[in-house]
Amino acid sequence: MAQFRNKGKKSVPGISTSSLPDIIFMLLFFFMVSTTMREQEVLVQYTLPTASEIQKLENKSLASYIYIGSPARHLVGMFGTAPRIQLNDSFRTAQEIGQFIAAERDKLAERDRPLLTVTLKADQNTRMGIITDVKQELRKANALRIVYAASQGRGYE
Amino acid sequence: MARKVPEINASSTADIAFLLLIFFLVATTMNVDSGIRRQLPPMPEDNEIEALDVNRRNLLLVFVNASDAIMVGGQLLDISQVKDRVKDFISNPTNDPNKPEKINTDIDILGNYPVSRGVISLTNDRGTSYNMYVMVQNELTRAFNELRNELAERKFNKKFSELSEEQAKAVSEAIPTRISEAEPRNVGGN
Repeated sequence: MAQFRNKGKKSVPGISTSSLPDIIFMLLFFFMVSTTMREQEVLVQYTLPTASEIQKLENKSLASYIYIGSPARHLVGMFGTAPRIQLNDSFRTAQEIGQFIAAERDKLAERDRPLLTVTLKADQNTRMGIITDVKQELRKANALRIVYAASQGRGYE
Repeated sequence: MARKVPEINASSTADIAFLLLIFFLVATTMNVDSGIRRQLPPMPEDNEIEALDVNRRNLLLVFVNASDAIMVGGQLLDISQVKDRVKDFISNPTNDPNKPEKINTDIDILGNYPVSRGVISLTNDRGTSYNMYVMVQNELTRAFNELRNELAERKFNKKFSELSEEQAKAVSEAIPTRISEAEPRNVGGN
C-alpha cells in the first residue's frame, strides 16, 4: 500500500537537449542532399501548361533554361507586357541564343556536350511565334534535345 | 601534473545548425523539372531543300492553326479525338493500304515484330497558343505511350513502366516515337 502512494512534491528532471544539434544536423543534411541551389532570378512571369505524359528531367547539370513570358510585375514599367526571352539573367533576343548555347556547352565536360538539354519554360498563353523563333535558333545552334516544361495535369480534360 | 581541461559548452551547436539549416532552406529549391521531351530535327544544310524521303501513306499531318483548331490528316478534329486517330494510324490494325506500311523487324526479346513506319508531322502557326501546342504534343505522346503499354501488356503482362530495362528497350524499338516538328508556317497572321 504504502509504496504506491504518491509522494506529491517530486521535481521533474529537465529534458536533456544534448541531442538537439544532432537532429537539426540530420535535417540540414537532408536538405543539403535533396535540394539544388537556386541558380538565377526569373524575370518573367509564367504559368506552365499542364500535361499528363510528362517525364522527369534526369540530370539537372545537363539542363539549360530558356524562360519565355511577359516581364515580371516590377519590370512591366520598363519593358512592357510583350513576351520576352530570358537567357541567364537578362532579357535577350532570339538571335542571341546561339551564343548562349555555346556558352552553356563550354560549361559542360567534353563528353556531356552532346547531351545538353534545353528546357523551355514558357507561359501557357504565349503565342507559338516567339517559341518557333527560339526553336529555329536552337536548331541552328545544333541544340536538338529540348524539353517543353509542363506541370502534371490531366491533359485536355 | 594532469590539469583538468574545462569542457566546452556545446549548447550553441543547435543554434549554429539551425542557422545553416535556414540558409539552405532559403537558398535552394527542391522542385524537379518535368516536361515533354522532344528531339528537334537538325537544320538542313545551306539552301538544300530537305528531300521528302517519307512515303505519302506513312505521313500523318497534324496542323494546329492560329485559332487553335486541329486538323489531322485533312480532317478537323477535337483535341479529344486526336489520340485515337493517331493510335489507329500508327498501329494500322486493318492493314489499310492508305495507312503506314509495316516492316517485319527482328527485335531482341520480342522476336519478329511488324514495326510501323508511320511518322506524325506536327505543324503549327505562329499564332497558335503554346497551351494548345503542348496539349497536342501531350496527346501525341499519350498515343505512343498507350501503344507501348498495350504491347507490353500483351507480351509481358506488365505495364510499360514496370518492364525491365531490356524489355522496355525492345518495346520502344517496336514502337518508335516518330514525331517530327515541321518547319513553321505563317498563315493566320500573328
